Amino acid sequence: MSKRTIQLKMYRYDPDKDDKPYMQDYTLELEPSDKKLLDALVRLKSKDDSLSFRRSCREGVCGSDAMNVNGKNRLACLTDIDSLPQPIVLRPLPGLPVIRDLIVDMTQFFKQYHSIKPYLINDAPAPERERLQSPEDREELNGLYECILCACCSTSCPSFWWNPDKFVGPAGLLAAYRFLADTRDEATSERLDNLEDPYRLFRCHTIMNCVDVCPKSLNPTRAIGKIKDMMVSRAV
Amino acid sequence: MTVAKRTFDAVIVGAGGAGLRAALQLSEAGLKTAVLTKVFPTRSHTVAAQGGVAASLGNSTEDNWHWHMYDTVKGSDWLGDQDAIEFMCRKANEVVVELEHYGMPFDRTDNGKIYQRPFGGHSQNYGKSPVSRSCAAADRTGHAMLHALYQRNVRANTQFFVEWMALDLIRNADGDVLGVTALEMETGEVSIFHAKATIFATGGAGRIFHSSTNAFINTGDGLGMAARAGVPLEDMEFWQFHPTGVFGAGVLITEGVRGEGGILRNASGERFMERYAPNLKDLASRDVVSRSMVTEINEGRGCGPDKDHVLLDITHLSPETIMKRLPGIREISIQFAGVDPIKAPIPVVPTAHYQMGGIPTNYKGQVVAPKNGNPNAPITGFYAAGECACASVHGANRLGTNSLLDLLVFGKSAGESVVEDLSNGNLSLKPLPADAADVSLARLARLEGQTNGESVFDVGLEMRRTMQKHAGVFRFDKLLKEGVAAILDVAERSKRTEIKDKSKVWNTARTEALELDNLIEVAKATMVSAEARKESRGAHVRDDAPDTAEFPNGRNDNEWLKHTLWYRDGNRLEYKPVTMQPLSQDVDPIALAKRTY
Repeated sequence: MSKRTIQLKMYRYDPDKDDKPYMQDYTLELEPSDKKLLDALVRLKSKDDSLSFRRSCREGVCGSDAMNVNGKNRLACLTDIDSLPQPIVLRPLPGLPVIRDLIVDMTQFFKQYHSIKPYLINDAPAPERERLQSPEDREELNGLYECILCACCSTSCPSFWWNPDKFVGPAGLLAAYRFLADTRDEATSERLDNLEDPYRLFRCHTIMNCVDVCPKSLNPTRAIGKIKDMMVSRAV
Repeated sequence: MTVAKRTFDAVIVGAGGAGLRAALQLSEAGLKTAVLTKVFPTRSHTVAAQGGVAASLGNSTEDNWHWHMYDTVKGSDWLGDQDAIEFMCRKANEVVVELEHYGMPFDRTDNGKIYQRPFGGHSQNYGKSPVSRSCAAADRTGHAMLHALYQRNVRANTQFFVEWMALDLIRNADGDVLGVTALEMETGEVSIFHAKATIFATGGAGRIFHSSTNAFINTGDGLGMAARAGVPLEDMEFWQFHPTGVFGAGVLITEGVRGEGGILRNASGERFMERYAPNLKDLASRDVVSRSMVTEINEGRGCGPDKDHVLLDITHLSPETIMKRLPGIREISIQFAGVDPIKAPIPVVPTAHYQMGGIPTNYKGQVVAPKNGNPNAPITGFYAAGECACASVHGANRLGTNSLLDLLVFGKSAGESVVEDLSNGNLSLKPLPADAADVSLARLARLEGQTNGESVFDVGLEMRRTMQKHAGVFRFDKLLKEGVAAILDVAERSKRTEIKDKSKVWNTARTEALELDNLIEVAKATMVSAEARKESRGAHVRDDAPDTAEFPNGRNDNEWLKHTLWYRDGNRLEYKPVTMQPLSQDVDPIALAKRTY
């Protein structure tokens, strides 16, 4: 395989030296083993060590390397370089404060995640062995527990952009439903009370950007719909 | 540079499975605890574990801890300490059930219990037949576990310092551990975390190798810190090469694939493991399977145009089974091998995966080192658990699913030991030496002022290539000798790394340079320990120690049934005995025998 060259246009900002952000153009020669966008970024960093981005597992399970690629939120490690039109335009996830380059401050995102009490609540004395759960009941958790907290979804959601402090956002609501759907959890009404609010749940207007961008093919909109159903059925 | 000081009862470095499990113990005991982590906790590498966690629950097939203990001792090629192994296997059911109570979404059997699948080297009746011992959440067990542990810590109000990189261990003149220095990545500021107890749960260092299943963050930070502070590293010659990394990409394909019925095939389609391990076949221990694969490739039976890999075949499994039990593997295979395993086999090759050695501990999670004639004297205030530690339960070769068990059992045990040692007055807040932060500040100043140095990337690449070439699946006396000289040369070069980026804010050039300092210590320990061990045992197999009548499998128990201890100062080795006596009277020592599957 011959060497390929790609064009990148990257958002740069270092508060230690830059007054304001700017876009920097790069021409990068790839090695044949460079297949994913993350490979290209690591290659680029070997030539310009000032470029800052988060990365860890490089296989789409840790959720570190979410970024905005040609206008769409994605994981760099699961994005084929050759599938992208050039120049590849890289920006930090939208809607969160930028710390430096592609690194955003995720405090608000995690604050919303924490706000839904993302842990099993069951105050009954724990049995000596595992709590039983049928395979069918366990299947209800599929499509929910696999979330990697990369924030692709919440930072593509206009409702989250406008009200990041009040709207829980798709990732947090997916997690909320993950516990509502768990037969072992006993805090259903407390959880619903916690979301019964004009903003926390109901700012979702089913725009479905979250579904479009989720790198794990999860469907937060459906989970949000199920929470709304639960709200309705307890009201009647 | 001013150095802020923070004071805690305990500081935990690392928020993967072991760190989070230890943190729970401390937070729930009401101790003032700081958990330092260079990535957000759910980004830790435990997240990538796939196939399961071992426990003899016996939900599908009859099982008990005696069989699990036997398998683990045999898997370790008798280098594991039998007291720690007994402790781990007996604790397995308790820690796995606890995790279920925390909310972990295990798969279920038809009667609602935790689903268990077969895994390599795990057996019924002391090696007679495979057993279903691996408790699994599809093929995302590590992800499900890490999130469940993090969530439980949210409930327990654990205090995290996220995106803080620990730099150096602080010890006083008596050798007691008083905490760590750490760098806040967002600001570049250095702080001292002064504590009565310090727990390392920093994970492995698989990034010393060029081809690795490990995440970028697996840079052996705890091992580097320990080594620089004079703590020896144990059994570092033993590295596990996982049989099934995706060819080319290195990404892990779980052994659970073979647990569900997957078969390894060579170029002629032969199920070659039948020749090497007639009994457990594809589910033999990992070191055995990896060597068999490399032998197939070396003897010209590899697949592809360059005959450089073998194939992992699950096309005979139903698509429903694959979608239900191995959905993540299918995604990985499509993403990184360009193959849908429902339709075609996955190209795989043995890939560096797990570090059996580490910071020496006892079964309580206390770090131990030789002192005054005691080979296992606890270092006051210092604890370690998980992949960074060597208890030693994995010895010369780890069984699949025993790593997640290790981090649960010894994370909990280290936490319990700290709680106990604090409550009985064995630990106190000792005065910090005036030079507590000097080592770290000197490292940072060196980087700041370095000119005409080499790039971190180039030196790191040379290290990874050296380790790959000289300390791989099979080891050769000549290559190891050359490797020692080569890695010491790379280590010299690493003292002159230069970064162009001098920013204070989120400077990843700086953190990568600091990580390389840690990797280099691990690389030296590995190469030097491997060169010195003149036998074959577990994952360490040498050309000059073949299988003979006198030395079955090349193992020489008369001379080498002992743990290696590598000291950074003087690059020297010591040895200490293996604990052959179990913890209790409930079980007899597992007697030495030749390992066959």
